[in-house]
Amino acid sequence: MSTLETTASLQKGFAVPRENIGSRVQKKSRKIDRENRETVGLQFVDDPRMTCRAVNVFYGEKHAIKNVSIDIGKNEVLAMIGPSGCGKSTFLRCLNRMNDTIVGCRVTGEIRLDDLDIYEKNIDVVPLRAQVGMVFQKPNPFPKSIYDNVAYGPKIHGLAHSRSELADIVEDSLRRAGLWNEVNDRLDQPGTGLSGGQQQRLCIARAIAVRPEIILMDEPCSALDPIATATVEDLISELRQHYTIVIVTHNMQQAARVSQRTAYFHLGDLVEVGHTSRIFTNPAHQLTEDYITGRFG
Amino acid sequence: MSPSLLIAVLLVLSSMAYWLGRSRAFALSKKAGSVRLHSRPGYHGILVALWCAIPAFIIFCCWHFFSGNLLISYAMQSVTEARGELSPSEMNLAINDLRNLLSGSVFHREIDPALQLAADRYTGMRQIANVALAVVVLSSAILGSIWAYSRINPGLRARNKVEKAVEISLTLCSTIAVFTTLGIVLSVIFESIRFFQQVPFFDFLFGLKWSPQMAMRPDQMGTGSFGAIPVLAGTFLISAIAMSIAVPFGLLSAIHLSEYSGPNFRKVVKPMLEILAGVPTVVYGFFAALVVAPTIRGLGAGIGLSVASESALAAGLVMGVMIIPFVSSLSDDIINAVPQSLRDGSYALGATQSETIKNVVIPAALPGIVGSILLAVSRAIGETMIVVMAAGLAANLTLNPLQAVTTVTVQIVTLLVGDQEFDTPKTLAAFALGLLLFVVTLALNVIALYVVRKYREEYE
Repeated sequence: MSTLETTASLQKGFAVPRENIGSRVQKKSRKIDRENRETVGLQFVDDPRMTCRAVNVFYGEKHAIKNVSIDIGKNEVLAMIGPSGCGKSTFLRCLNRMNDTIVGCRVTGEIRLDDLDIYEKNIDVVPLRAQVGMVFQKPNPFPKSIYDNVAYGPKIHGLAHSRSELADIVEDSLRRAGLWNEVNDRLDQPGTGLSGGQQQRLCIARAIAVRPEIILMDEPCSALDPIATATVEDLISELRQHYTIVIVTHNMQQAARVSQRTAYFHLGDLVEVGHTSRIFTNPAHQLTEDYITGRFG
Repeated sequence: MSPSLLIAVLLVLSSMAYWLGRSRAFALSKKAGSVRLHSRPGYHGILVALWCAIPAFIIFCCWHFFSGNLLISYAMQSVTEARGELSPSEMNLAINDLRNLLSGSVFHREIDPALQLAADRYTGMRQIANVALAVVVLSSAILGSIWAYSRINPGLRARNKVEKAVEISLTLCSTIAVFTTLGIVLSVIFESIRFFQQVPFFDFLFGLKWSPQMAMRPDQMGTGSFGAIPVLAGTFLISAIAMSIAVPFGLLSAIHLSEYSGPNFRKVVKPMLEILAGVPTVVYGFFAALVVAPTIRGLGAGIGLSVASESALAAGLVMGVMIIPFVSSLSDDIINAVPQSLRDGSYALGATQSETIKNVVIPAALPGIVGSILLAVSRAIGETMIVVMAAGLAANLTLNPLQAVTTVTVQIVTLLVGDQEFDTPKTLAAFALGLLLFVVTLALNVIALYVVRKYREEYE
């Protein structure tokens, strides 16, 4: 990816200020009342990879996700936005059962990956997580070399039968994450020595190396500077050719730039889902509009 | 005025100085109106109190450090007047007599009138000196406070000065450990040098026989042999047995506690493991000698092995159990300190819990784990009581854990217990052994540090 493209996508993002979106929206139509917490918009798609029905999540007594139903389509980027503490990360972590590691967390409802109910009793989370990869908010490379970071997943899943095959997987993953040219001469250096943006792309390469079908991204750019953010965003658009991506973000321009559909969460409720272009220009729900026009959050 | 009373008065004076200084600063801040105090009144108070207490205290300490010898030499003048010049050894003898006389531990001997005179001079002088000391200390305290008090003004940088004083006292505290270590090492080295003047260095270091018996009278035969190898080998044998118990059990229990067990289990088991570390070693000692050693012996007899009634195995096993908590508790803390994000990263790639622990958590925690093992090793090498009671005193050069062996620490104890002369190689050997032990543990530490630095995987 060239620097020119980077700058272009940055400018594209900042070219539409929030106030303009808001004022244009207000003129158009009456909004659904703030008190109404039924999900509005395009919850379901024709060819879903994952289907979530009536999902509730509890942390002890706290009802963190309330009755959320949504589909995640094939090869689409679904962005989840909403104010802090609204449950978007919690919901994201439900999709590959990363919530299992949290003590006191309880999930009800049904989440299906293709036709597999991932919360069925005798399901094994290990292959599930290999199929649904995850990239975290803070880059968390293992304290190993760059090579070993990427090779970690393929090794434990036995994806490579020889050393050269493993090296190929590592190179391919690093290339797809746009990191190969920067690190190919120092693969034996520790991954923790890279810059923040490089670390995050290393984590993406690490996730890709396991050949998942769906990648969950939990605010992948919140710890990065604008240049690194642009690189990761370009990478997301690239990855969409082969993967389904669900991304949680606080940056609405980012959601607008990378996603096809956007879901707005509010205090545990899924308030509105729709095509990204429509959510940011003409949301149906008053709460969505309040959020995207910067009235809160 | 007795020293403790003097200190008490000094404390009262300095707290008064604090209040005076503080209220003066308050008054200044009120009166000055527009001019702001550089430092808060409390700092001015502390500064005055410091000026009151510290110089006085230094004078007090110096006096107590030097006064004893000064007074004695003053008192001894009367002895030399009566007896003429004394040779150094006679002088020492007389000084000892004088001290005994002063402490009242002479009951049934004719008292030398010259000595009695000296004692009287000493007591008289002592009283005068105490009064003089009180006067000097108190006047220094008062003068110091007055000087500091008179300097209080809004521009005085009292806070910076107090902070400087705090910093200096912190530095002093932190160097005390260094100086103590240095002192110990030096004293051991000097005694060892005396030992090596009588026993050749290489005989000590590479000798294969340890029997530190010295001829007490000229007609007795022979001198002892001071080969350190059997003793050192015993130390390593017992430490190795202990570590082969403590490391696997400690490490695996740490992994279980931090990764697998629930919070309730952990809450109960971890303190109980730590109680193991709190049991006095002498209790472990008789447990080893009375329970473990006979059991091992019985088992050995059952399968046709001859086991000594005091064996390295018994001592090593019990010592291993004793140091399990060092490894487990510290490693548990360190494993817990590995960020959850690393575990999440591994789980998100579809790794199982055991793969995550093996490939991510343990490597990240390795430096700390090695540190905890090192602590356990030094504990094992330095342990004495269990070995005395359960492994015997015979310096056998053997690798057979079923025989009695002895360790460096045990030999040091046996060499120094009881009435000893401090100029025979027998006693001095204890210092040489101590030095050897010190060098060995230091070398172990350096090697381990090097290993950790080479293989550490740093997170964050």
